[in-house]
Amino acid sequence: MNLNERMNVLFSGYKANPKRLVEDLIHFIFLILGLITVGCVLIITVYLIISGLPAIIEIGPLEFLFGTKWASTASEPSYGILAFILTSIYGTSGAIIIGVPIGFFVAVYLAKMANKRFKDAMKLCVGVLAGIPSVIYGLVGMTVLVPAIRLIFNVPDGASLFAAIIVLAVMILPSVINVSLSALEAVPHEYEEASLSLGATSTETYFRVTVPAAKSGIFTAIVLGIGRAIGEAMAIMMVAGNVANMPGLFKSVRFLTTAVASEMSYSSGLQRQALFSIALVLFFFIMLINAALNFIKTRSQKI
Amino acid sequence: MIEGLSNKRKAWCALMKALCYISLALVVALTAFMLLYVLAKGIPNIIENPKMLIETPSVRRDIDGILPDIMNTIYVVIATLIMVLPLGVGAAIYLTEYAKNRKVVEIIEFASETLSGIPSIIYGLVGMLLFVQLFGFGTSLLAGSCTLVIMNLPTIMRTTEEALKTVPQSYREGAFALGAGKWRVIRTVVLPTCVNGIVTGCILTIGRILGESAALLFTAGLAHRLYGFFEGMANSGATLTVALYVYASERGDFDIAYAIAAILIILTVIINLITTYLGKIMERRNGQ
Repeated sequence: MNLNERMNVLFSGYKANPKRLVEDLIHFIFLILGLITVGCVLIITVYLIISGLPAIIEIGPLEFLFGTKWASTASEPSYGILAFILTSIYGTSGAIIIGVPIGFFVAVYLAKMANKRFKDAMKLCVGVLAGIPSVIYGLVGMTVLVPAIRLIFNVPDGASLFAAIIVLAVMILPSVINVSLSALEAVPHEYEEASLSLGATSTETYFRVTVPAAKSGIFTAIVLGIGRAIGEAMAIMMVAGNVANMPGLFKSVRFLTTAVASEMSYSSGLQRQALFSIALVLFFFIMLINAALNFIKTRSQKI
Repeated sequence: MIEGLSNKRKAWCALMKALCYISLALVVALTAFMLLYVLAKGIPNIIENPKMLIETPSVRRDIDGILPDIMNTIYVVIATLIMVLPLGVGAAIYLTEYAKNRKVVEIIEFASETLSGIPSIIYGLVGMLLFVQLFGFGTSLLAGSCTLVIMNLPTIMRTTEEALKTVPQSYREGAFALGAGKWRVIRTVVLPTCVNGIVTGCILTIGRILGESAALLFTAGLAHRLYGFFEGMANSGATLTVALYVYASERGDFDIAYAIAAILIILTVIINLITTYLGKIMERRNGQ
């Protein structure tokens, strides 16, 4: 059959039943709508690579990633982003170390020990905490936390990595609590009943039976927290001081995200391209996190 | 039962319980502090100078005003919802009603998960490259809204999908048995029964738009001029959140910043109350 004949067959089918043409068209439209997300991901990836790679090549990948000096506006500019990478890693780890345990214990309490009314109230609390815009965290951090750090730790400027870690820890709390909570709630009651009947106390049961059974969900919560912390820009821009130092707990620092946000408005030429390269590095980290999430998901499905 | 426990076990139980209560107290205190502190600092500023809600700011005449920011926020919310609803709902319909190929579904779901994990600053950059520069929208509310559309697509998709999945299969079968075509079934039977889910998605999206700053900073800009809807779409303008950032961080004007923060906090609480309420309705319906 050549193409013409095929078209004829196709159209005669539609002629006999014109409704089918409409249905097929609508099916096609929905397929396109469904594929839009895929298109968006592809566009974002391609655009970031296209606009991020030239500067990395021009500066030299090693010099870019492991250079310790960032002086984009100097007469002899130097573009090394090791300080930003390390700051992002330290800041995120700090936020995880503070935020995850708090979120974890709250989730265990809400899932297992709280009564229904208190749990609903707390869920609303956590929802509000999640919904508060990040700039408000930045604002409160700027006007309350930063001066407090300056007074308590007696440092010249409170705007520091430490302030950023605290703000990030608060900001990841809601997602850690919510995701762990639903994982803990999904554990079958039989597990707990078996443990209780063997003589374990209820607290022991919750922490030694329920929590290990919800392990993959809790890991997901941690990884999601990492993702949120590493991607947050505006709140930490307001409290971290924004100077391109190597990270130190009470030093003014710049994260990967804030490096992009703070110079974008006035950048040009190679400096601007270098900012896109930083975004590309950030994107790479986010993709690693996504891969980790997927890995946890497929592994828990197998079990 | 407790008497039989060794001291070590008793101590461990007590410690774990104590940690739970401490963490809980911290979270409650934190939420209460955030709400009360921002309201306490912000509301007096609004009461002292209520005219700021209906004024356009002017440095020359020394007038503070946030009306343009409020209007810009409303414009962005409307424009984004108009664009994201058909796309997101359509994608969800494809996934639940049409898609047969599991590979395609997996790819689409992976893409939507990836989108929801990308930080807003990256959306800001890509939006700037794509909508502001390539499509030539300029730094405008339209470019900002388009960026927000991509950001919020996964939210609308997920909530709609969840709602579509709760529509009983028998509804569809009944309609098919009466001779309705697939599109007609979706339009007249499936969609009306999952309006709740779509509304929840809209409200979550409004919440995200209200809170968004990084993605809008480079796409929608910082201007504080008052426009009508279509004029505003073509011009640069700051939403409330972006204005808060500019006032706090670049001008050091904390009074207005806290006034805006108070408004945003109130809206956040309202949005959460609505979503909780809608969630309860859905739960009740599914329980039946």
